[in-house]
This record gives sequence, C-alpha cells and structure tokens, in this order.
Amino acid sequence: MQLVVVADAAVVPELPAVARSVAGRDEAVEAVTFAGVEVPAGDLARELGGHGVARLHVVRHELLDDYAPEAWGSALATLIDRLGPSGVLAPATHRGTEILTHAAARAGLPLATNCVRLTADDASGHGGAGDGTWRLTRTRSGGVLLEDAELTAPVRLATVAAAVETPQVPLQAADCEVVESAVDVPPELARTRVAERVASETGLSLSTAPVVVSGGRGVGGADGFVVLEELAERLGGVVGCSRVATNNGWRPHRDQVGLTGTKIAADLYIACGISGATQHWVGCMDSAVILAINTDPEAPMMQRATYAVEGDVHEVVPAVLAEIRRRGGAAAAAGSDRSAAEESEPAAAPPVG
Amino acid sequence: MTEIPERADVVVVGAGIVGNSVCHHLAELGWRNIVLIEKGPLPDPGGSTGHASNFIFPVDHSREITALTTDSMRQYEKLGTLITCGGVEVAREPERVEELKRRMASARAWGVDSELIEPRRVAELVPFVDPDILLAGFWTPSVAVVDPLRAGALMREQAIADGALTVSANTAVTGIRTDRGRVQAVCTDAGDVETPVVVVACGVWSPRIARLAGAQIPLTPAVHQMMDVGPIPELESTGTAIAYPIVRDMDALMYERQSGADLEIGSYAHRPILHEPDEIPSLEAAALSPTQLPFTSDDFDPQLEQALELFGSILDRPDAGVRHAINGLLSLTPDGAPVLGPSPEVNGLWSAAAVWIKEGPGVGRMVAEWLTHGDCEFDMHGADIARFYPHQRTREHVRARANEGFNKTYGIVHPREQWESARGRKLSPFHAREREAGAVFFEVGGWERPHWYESNRGLLDEFGDRIHERPHEWDARWWSPIVEAEHLALRQRAAMIDLTAFAQFDVRGPGALDYLQRMTMAQLDRPVGRLCYTPVLTPGGGFRSDLTVVRLGEHHFRVITGGADGARDRYWFESHLPADGSASLVDVTSAVCTLGLWGPKARDVLAAATEDDVSGEALPFGTARWIAVDGIPVLALRVSYVGDLGWELHAPFEHGQALWDAIAEAGSPHGIVPAGIGVYGTTGRLEKGYRLMGAELDGEYDPVEAGLALPKVKAADFIGKDAYLAAREGTPAATLCTLTVDDHTSADGIARYPQGGEPIVTQGGERIVDRKGRGSFVTSAGPAPSLDGYLLMAYLPPEFAVEGTSLQVEYMAERYPVTVARVGRTPLFDPEDTRMKA
Amino acid sequence: MDIVVCIKRVPAFGAQVPLTDDGSAVDTRHLGFTIGPHEECAVEEAVRLTAKYGGRVTVLTVGPQDAGEQLRYALAMGAHQGVLVDTGTTELDPEATATAVLAGLADEPDPDLLLFGDASADAGHGQVGVRVALARGLPVVGGITGLDAENGSTDGNGDAAGNGAVSLRASRDTPDGTEVFRLPVPAVVAVKEGLNLPRYPTLPGRLKAKKAALRTVACDPEPGGLHTVGLRRPADDRAGAIPLGRGADAAPAVVDVLAELGKV
Repeated sequence: MQLVVVADAAVVPELPAVARSVAGRDEAVEAVTFAGVEVPAGDLARELGGHGVARLHVVRHELLDDYAPEAWGSALATLIDRLGPSGVLAPATHRGTEILTHAAARAGLPLATNCVRLTADDASGHGGAGDGTWRLTRTRSGGVLLEDAELTAPVRLATVAAAVETPQVPLQAADCEVVESAVDVPPELARTRVAERVASETGLSLSTAPVVVSGGRGVGGADGFVVLEELAERLGGVVGCSRVATNNGWRPHRDQVGLTGTKIAADLYIACGISGATQHWVGCMDSAVILAINTDPEAPMMQRATYAVEGDVHEVVPAVLAEIRRRGGAAAAAGSDRSAAEESEPAAAPPVG
Repeated sequence: MTEIPERADVVVVGAGIVGNSVCHHLAELGWRNIVLIEKGPLPDPGGSTGHASNFIFPVDHSREITALTTDSMRQYEKLGTLITCGGVEVAREPERVEELKRRMASARAWGVDSELIEPRRVAELVPFVDPDILLAGFWTPSVAVVDPLRAGALMREQAIADGALTVSANTAVTGIRTDRGRVQAVCTDAGDVETPVVVVACGVWSPRIARLAGAQIPLTPAVHQMMDVGPIPELESTGTAIAYPIVRDMDALMYERQSGADLEIGSYAHRPILHEPDEIPSLEAAALSPTQLPFTSDDFDPQLEQALELFGSILDRPDAGVRHAINGLLSLTPDGAPVLGPSPEVNGLWSAAAVWIKEGPGVGRMVAEWLTHGDCEFDMHGADIARFYPHQRTREHVRARANEGFNKTYGIVHPREQWESARGRKLSPFHAREREAGAVFFEVGGWERPHWYESNRGLLDEFGDRIHERPHEWDARWWSPIVEAEHLALRQRAAMIDLTAFAQFDVRGPGALDYLQRMTMAQLDRPVGRLCYTPVLTPGGGFRSDLTVVRLGEHHFRVITGGADGARDRYWFESHLPADGSASLVDVTSAVCTLGLWGPKARDVLAAATEDDVSGEALPFGTARWIAVDGIPVLALRVSYVGDLGWELHAPFEHGQALWDAIAEAGSPHGIVPAGIGVYGTTGRLEKGYRLMGAELDGEYDPVEAGLALPKVKAADFIGKDAYLAAREGTPAATLCTLTVDDHTSADGIARYPQGGEPIVTQGGERIVDRKGRGSFVTSAGPAPSLDGYLLMAYLPPEFAVEGTSLQVEYMAERYPVTVARVGRTPLFDPEDTRMKA
Repeated sequence: MDIVVCIKRVPAFGAQVPLTDDGSAVDTRHLGFTIGPHEECAVEEAVRLTAKYGGRVTVLTVGPQDAGEQLRYALAMGAHQGVLVDTGTTELDPEATATAVLAGLADEPDPDLLLFGDASADAGHGQVGVRVALARGLPVVGGITGLDAENGSTDGNGDAAGNGAVSLRASRDTPDGTEVFRLPVPAVVAVKEGLNLPRYPTLPGRLKAKKAALRTVACDPEPGGLHTVGLRRPADDRAGAIPLGRGADAAPAVVDVLAELGKV
C-alpha cells in the first residue's frame, strides 16, 4: 500500500499520482488525515476518490483536534505501523514536512524531503516484504541545486514539492471509503500543542514584508527616498536599500538588503537605481518577482530581474505613483458602483436554505 | 547583449576604470570607431574596479606614478567623482619617521603639498586614533576617495555621445585572431570584430586574454584583504561616505578609512596569496564577485590586533562587528609597476594592465596618446610592457617577484634595494672569477653584475681619507666605500669592469645604414671602424634611449645599449625595421661578453696581452678594431663611460673567462683591480658628467635640455627630428646641471648624502619649477672621489642654470647648501678629456 | 539557561554553484564557508537569552576539522565554548547527523535548550532537530521566528533553568497567522531567519575566539537509508528581464504588472 498524508486543509493533487506511480501492480493508494484538519472528511474523500484513492483513514484522539506536531507525528507513526504501507508521501508544506519528520523519527525510518521526482526501483521488488528503494531527486540550497538520491527502507517516506514532476499514470476514479482510526497518543505530547494563535502583525518588517521598494546609488540621496516610501506604502510594503545607501548615510543599516544586510524573499521586490552587484543580489534573489528601474540597461539587476524599466528613478517612480492614483480613482469609482449593485441584490434573491 | 560591429579601428577589452578611460581619451583624440567589449555586466563587471577601496594618496617615490596619480585625480575631479578628505600616513617606528621624511622630499619634488605633523595633530585630524603609539604623521590634504565605477560610466557616456564608441557588455572574448604576428580580429561569443588594434585592459584576467593572441602580460592576481567594521555611531552620525582623513598605518602595513557608518580596514601585511588568472571563478560561480574571494581570517587576525591598537576607541565596541570581509584580487607585477603599451610579441596587441584605481584615468590618457602619437606626455619607460626580458615574462618569475614584492606595498624600500628571489638567472662568463673576488652582485635585466668587490677592501687603507664613509645607515645601505676605492684605483692605475649585461644587436643589409640613420640622432654615415654615441628620440623629441653604434662593415652595424633598457630598445628597433627586408636585426647579446678596461695604465695592460698595435695612432678614440688578446678574437672599442683611457673589449661569450684571466695577468704588474658598476654607473660617470638613460634622460626631456644637442643636424630624416629642430631654435625650459654639495652636516651633526630624487630648492626654500611645469630634482647623486666632492645632477630653469648659483637640496626633511658647478655637458673632471683621448 | 546551538559548515556560493567534475559534490576550491542564516539566528538568540537569563552557550558542529572555523565564528558572536564532532569530509545523511550530534552531546551537561536552524543552508533536510529531540525525549518545535522564556528568573544568575516554572514561548509564522507554543524546558527548538538580526562578530570577539580551545569528538556514525548519488544544477530557464519601457512612459506597463500581482 502507498499512503498519502493530507496534512493541510487541501488535497495536493500531485500526491496520489506520484503514489500511484511508485506503487506496485497490486498496491492500493490510500490516504490518512487527522481529526483536526478543518475540511470535513467526506469532502476530502470525494476529492481523493477522484484521484483514485480507495480509502481515507481519519485518525482520532483528543490531542489531534488542534494542531500539535508531536501528537500528529506520533499518530501518523502509529498508523504507519498499523497499516504497513511500503511508502508514505506528504506534501512538502510546513505542516506536511513537520508531521512526516516526526513520524519518521518515531518509526526509526529515513525520510527524503523536498522531492521533485520519485521513481520506484523495479529491481528492488517493491510491494513485497523487506527493503525497497526509491530513486529520487530533491532540491537543495533553496533550489539552486538538485540532488539525485536513493532511499532504501522497509517503508519509504518522502515529502513532495509542489514543483514535482507529475507522472503520467492512468487514473481510475474510486469511491473513497472513510475509515475512522482511533489511536493512542502519549499524553505528554500535549506539551507541543499550539497554545494560541495570533493574528498577523500589522507592522511590517523588511524580512517579512510582501513588497520591498529598495533604493541604491541611483536614488541620489536621503531625500530621494521620499517617493520610494510613498510607493512602498501604496503597495503595502516597506523600504529597503543597498549598501551604497547605508554607507552614504541615506538610510539606517536595518534597511539594508544584501549580504551584509537582510536577506529577503518578498512577493515583489522593486530595485530602484540599484546596479545589482552580487553582494546585493544574494539578498533579494529569492523574491518571487523583481522589478528593476535603472538608467543603465546593462546593469546586472536589469538583466536578472523579472521586469526592467530603463530610466531615472526620479522620473519613473513618480509617474508610477501618478498612474496608481489615476487608476485608483477610477477603480474606487467603479467599486462604489458595484457595491451599490450588490446592496440591491439580496432583495431579489431567494433565501438560502 | 549589444549587437557587435563587424569592424573597428580599435577594440578595448575590459570596462574597468582603465578600459573606460582608454576609450574616453581615444575619442577625445579623434578616434571614431572604438569598440569596448566587457565580459561582465555594467557598470560593475566584477573586476578589481568594483571592490577597491578607492582612495588616492598622490605621493609616491616614483615620478612616473605620481604624475599618473595626480593626472587621474584631476580627471576624477572633473567628472565630479572625487571627494577630498585628506590622508595621513602614520609612523610607529623610528625608521618609518625617516621614511616619512623621505616622502616629504618626494612630495616636494613632484609638487604635492604635504606636511610632517606631530601625533597630537594626527589625533586632531582623526580623533579616534591613539596618538600615544605614534611618532609622526605625513599629512597630505589632497588625499581623496573616488568613484571609479561612476567615473568609468561617465567616460563611456561621453565617448558614446561623441559617436565614437560602441559598448558590448556581457560579451566574452573567445579568441584573438592573428596573422603573421599581427592582430586581425577579436572573436567573441557575440561575433567577430575585425580590428588592427586590441587593448587588453582586463586587470587580473589580462594574461589570459593576451594569451589568446599568443602574447604574455606578466602579472599575477594576488589577494589584498579588507574588511568593514561597523556600525560606528561616530561615523554614522557624519551622514556622509567619508568625513575623516584616511589613515595609513604604515608600520602595520595597513590602512583604515571611514566608509559610511563603517571603518574599512585593509592590509598588505598578510602572507602573499597569489592566484592563477585561469582559476578566477566566473561571475556566476562567485559568491560576491570574481575578484572578491572568500576571506581567509587566519591571514588577517594579526592585523586585527594592530587595528585595535590604533583605533581601539571605536573598534573595541560590542556593537561594531565585522560586516564584510573579502580577499580582494589585485594585479601584481615583477617590479610593482604597471604593464602598458604595445606588446613586443604581437603587433597590434596593447596592454593597459596592473593599474591601481589611483592611476586608472591617467593611464587611459597615456595609452590613448601612445596609440595615437607613438609616445605620450609622461615618460612611461618604467611601465612599458617591453621592459621585460623573455625570462621575466614567465609565470615562475612573475610569481617569485610578486611573492617577494607584495609586502613591500607599504614597506620601506631603499632606492638601491635588490630582489632576493629569482636571482642568478643570467651569469656572465666572468662570474666564477667575480665570485672568487668577493663580488657583491646587483641585478640588471636578470644579469648578475658586481657592484663592488670585497677583495678590494684593502684599497680603503691605500686611499685613506680620500674615501668618505657614510655614517648614516640609510645612506650606506646597498653601498660600500670600496666603490670609491675602486674608482681611485682606476683613475690611478687601471680597472676591469664586467659589462656583459649590455644588450647588443647586429644590424645588416643594404638598407642598414638608412634604417639606423632614421632611428638615431647622430650621423652614422661614417667610415667602417668608427663608433658613435647617439641619442635615440621619441616622435615627440624626448629621449627614447641613448646608445653606441659601431660600423663594422659597409652594411653591418652593431648597436650596443644598456642592460636595463635592452628589452625596450630591442622592441623599438625591431618594430621599426624596414618593411622591404633591406635590413635585419639579430640580438647577439647572448653571444658576446664585454670587459671594460680603463685607467692610465690600460694601454700598458692591453699591450702586454696582445700582439696587435693598440697605440693611439693605430686605435684612436672613437674607433673599433678586431684584435687578438692572448689568442682570443676581441672587438676593441676605444670609448669610455668613466672618462679614462681604455677600451670595451667585446669577445665571443665562451672566451670570456680566458679573456678575464689574460687581462688580469697582464694587469697584475700594473696593479689592476676589478671594479664594479658602482664606479661605472655612478662615481666615474658623474665626474665626467655622463647622462644615464632613465635618470637624466627620458621622454620628458630633449637633447637640448640634456646638453646633448650636436653641433650639426644630419640631413637624413630621423624619428623626433622635427621636435629636435624646434628645440634647437628655442631656449630650453631647463638645462641639465651638475651641482656640488657644499655642506653635508645634518642637524644631528652627521654627514648625510642625498640618494637621488630629492627636490632642488632656492635658498629661500621655494620649489624650482620650469616653464613647462617640471620641478627640479636630483636625477643622479654620488661621490666624485677624484674631485673630493659629492655631485648631484638636476635640470634647472635658465634663471638658476648659472654656474656659481647657490641653491639647496632637501633631504630627509632638512636642507643642505649646493652650488651649480657646471651647466651643460662639460665634465668637472678632466674637462678637456685628455685622459680619455691620450 | 544553558544552551547548545547546533550549526553546520556550508559553502557560501554565488548565483551559480560550481560542482566537481564528477558531480558528486560542490567544488569548494574557490568558495568560502559560512554558517547558514537560520543557524546564525540561533547563535544570536542563544547569546541574547544567556545575556538576559545567565548561563552558557555551547556551539556544536558535525563535520570536518575545518568546521572549527564556523565554531570560532559563533564564539566571536558571543558563544562560550565549542564542540566539534569530527566525522570527516563526507556529507552525512540526516539519521547519521543526528547520531553524531547525540555523540557530541553525550559528554555535555544537559542543556536547558537545544537550538537548531530550521534546515541546513545546503542539504536542507530539516530533520536533525526532531530526531535528536526524540532520542533525548525532549519536546521540539520548528520554524520558530519568535522565542523567549516565560516565568523565568531574570536575575541573571543562571538558575532560570532550575526553576520548574520556566517555560519557553515560541512562535512561528504560518500562512494564516502566528502559532504560539509554550514548551517546558528542557526543549529543542529549530529557528528560522527573521527571529532576530544576527550580530557581526566584533574585533575583540574574533581575537578571543581565535584563541579558544575547541573540544573535538571523533564519530563515525552508521549511514541511514538516504544515500546521495550526485548533484546537478537545474536547467537554466531564466528568460531575462521583460522590458517595460523607458522613463515615465513605462508607468502604465508597471502598474499593469502591479495589478496583475494584486498589489494595487
């Protein structure tokens, strides 16, 4: 049997396909989830069935009602022991990785995390008793490198990254049966239950802000950062800067992005007048989208960014702000129209039962 | 990737400060089809320009380097990329205080305002240093920091705006196509560019690019460690990049400078760490940049203690951390000087490499002028790539000398200091005998030449108080009173001097005379057997060389030149050979050894060793003849650089030792001694007022100024003739004079002896500057044992070039009275040359 | 509060990682080495906690002899002592690494807190903290970006750990917000960058660290079930920047992109 772990509120659709591809001819693909997962088991089962999963085990224990890494990991280890799968796959999300790591440690099994490719070694006679081997590829160093590896164990455990190569396997939709499984969880594992949940901080920091508007040599001075601050505020972000800017005293050191400052991974990084020397680049390269504004089209930042605007920061940024204001005005106007329309809607709609 | 043109008049490879500057100045000089190729991105391609500490101390003991530096500062300032912050070199040790005094002389000589200051004043200028561990400071208010990336970008922009330059960044040079030793095209990953000229301005990668054309650029990448420590509130609160003067902690071989909120600490004290040009990581593979390699902290740790001693007040803080530390790469050469000019190995390949930030713009201007006119404003002989002999271009030599030279970056280097590594590379056939005689060897062009002989120590007693001991260790270093004793023995009896280091070229062919006439200033159309001393001029009329030409046959000449400049001269002569093949040049240096024999007894000695007639009638002054010395064929040249009767005896190399033995034996009854280059190059020469290439003679002075104008101008055209004719028409801006030192006594009451390079100032202590802006300084200095004096040579403007004028020489921050003893070339010793022509 | 911080020596590389010709490893001839950013935060946090509550910071590493360089870096940041578990130059799998860490801890007094980085900067397995915690029967949480002691003595005399009331407040960012854990000590915590801003070593700190003696433990752990075959670089599919225009004229195109990203 191959077991797929549903750790979060959604099914990762690639997992059943990968599980099927490494499964032996006679092996079933089943799934496991926890009572604390917020989506009703029935909904999960329907979805899993669509991916050919025959059975969904829901583990129950009072310590599993809210997230508790040790308790969930312990429960999973118990289930693995009970069901005897030859492989267990979890999504490489924070929770998926955490649970499977705990389970691996408890079961005394190796684990391969962040896999982007998985195949079963036919020669190893998987599905039967004894050790089998998976050949796999996993990411290292934040994805700069790929590692080819072999995982050999009586039960192979792996977490699967979203970027996994999805194998082309024939899928047979199944009626997924929900099976409740009560497990024992050592009571002391209550120690790592989530004690409280706190709403996201409103104050943004450079390392966590979704948007960073950063300025360098091309900003020209401390005063030049005023427009960057305005843009950052508009986009719900913060201002960063390059080493040149801190060295010139234009910004405090805490604003510095780069090797000697903060390394960030924003959704959007806007590099204004920053040439993009590696010293700076390594600090911002993990951002999802990078927009570079620079007078020099040959500057490294302009080559490596996702988007590039050739021009002076002090022309481009004010123009962008003006454009945002222009559209914002238009959108606000359109938005008020729409809300007016929605307000009138309920009266016309039938009551929802 | 920019589209790359198919053709260019010149391709410059490398967009660091040097390449950008070369492009800019070529455009200024009217070039219109320039292509700049850069492998990395712009504006910071990842070379040394991008990580250097970017500060400039203008004063260097070298006139050439100081000129390049001050020119560069003017250029940086004009581009708005220079911030003047001042700088102070501090001394912890007494010997360094002396060195700072010597720097004062260089500052005055080259016209830079500097001042010796007390430790207290250092602490006023830079309040964070501990003055208690200092003895003195050398304060130069014009010290500045510059932005070479910005300067380079502006230079490119100007050249592009002029319609002169196409820049292709992110383009790798993959080959340089040559045909029959000449550059044809530069091949890149974006296509080929046909061009007759390639300038390699690739910094630490230069050897690799030159090798694509089959040429060598002798430099090695080497590590210079630096780190930034901060944040330091006192620095951060200034709100600027640099508000305090830069400190060079000379005895620690370190510097400290403000860099925004940080203190940047750099070191030249760590072990030499050399790299290979081929192994520098690519831009992609480098963590920071290809020339910012991982910091090796073990090498730097001793420097931390030194930095804490001097800057403890701001460095010894819990909040100030090491924020950035690198092993930065820079270029080291065998002699520490840049590598500039046309490669002697491949036509059309130029080098503009091993240049510091402080010299970049100036080097760009000089190389552009050189490319355009064939020479440039400043004399560049010390940086000329052609200065290297083949063995000096090898990897082993470059690494050996770079290894030894690295720690001299901030070291106290005596002007006569000798290298310890890569010695014994070229030995004359007299070498075994010289060693037996206790020769102390100095090196020139790889040759081991005796500077004096310890076996002559006994002469000190013989000449007694005619010899001047030098009481100060610095003056006496790399010198011996034995030199003066050998000199007196030569003047009184006879001496034999090893001159095998001469570079010698045989020029033959029906066009040989016309060719040599074009190369030289003097009339060479003389009868066979005549020899002729002649200047060789640059196109601008300055000195390219001075040498002797002997006519050995109708179509056969021998050119004999000094060992120091032999490689440059060979390149100059070879590169001007007639295209029609009517003259050929063969370097016979390795085939010929030379033994000088001079002194009043020289004829008696030679006559005893030969059956040939060596009388004045048979072999008059200025002639050459083949004779047999103890059965050895010898070309005897009746000429002298020491002003006494005698010959240069040129023999086949393999006969050398037998020749030495024959002359020694014949000379023994006459009391002959071996004498070293100390006599030949300094004492004997100075007494006779003979000029030395590289000291009195260089590209910035003309024959009229040097007193070497000839009575008549030959009809034949020659390089530099127009300028020479113009110089003859006007009044010289300065004239080379010989001065005597009137009183050597220092404030400490001991006799001091200037070594050369010191400024000549008025009695009121003012600098003397000629109308071309050139300051007066000591070109050569040395004792004149036969005159019982100490002589200096210096160019003086007309108002001071008057015999009997009293002036002063500034040496080690003190002034000594001097008198102009001779204006022009007439020697002080034996002015009528009766001894030499006897 | 006595703290042990586990750190790893990792190569510091640029945009492209050089590999050895056979692809078996990173070619480190021209690379420097460093502590991963998560672990740097761990060291920083340990130094801050002991400054606040007393106690000693021990840094422990598993790797080659050269990893002493990273221990000294941590000492220069303020850690008090270093333990090097010498396992040679071959990279270990997570199970073997955990075994080696346990070997290094065996002769140390039991710490109140064991800190790890969330995952190493190179291999990134992210398992060692959990495996060590389980072996020692300690609670463990990972991904922590906020950490402090609660109910602890703050008189700095180091007995905070001896007080049974002491617990740790550890928080971490999740997609939905922040999760907070309250852990009894002793405990294992794996932290992430963002926890703090690590300090740079001071000059006096570096000099002190240079002279410090490190305790070396030899260890040759059994390999686990995960075996590395080789490394390779992913295919370079970076398309190059999409030009959005020049100067002020580019503004509409820029705002289109911002809108697409849901930022305006």
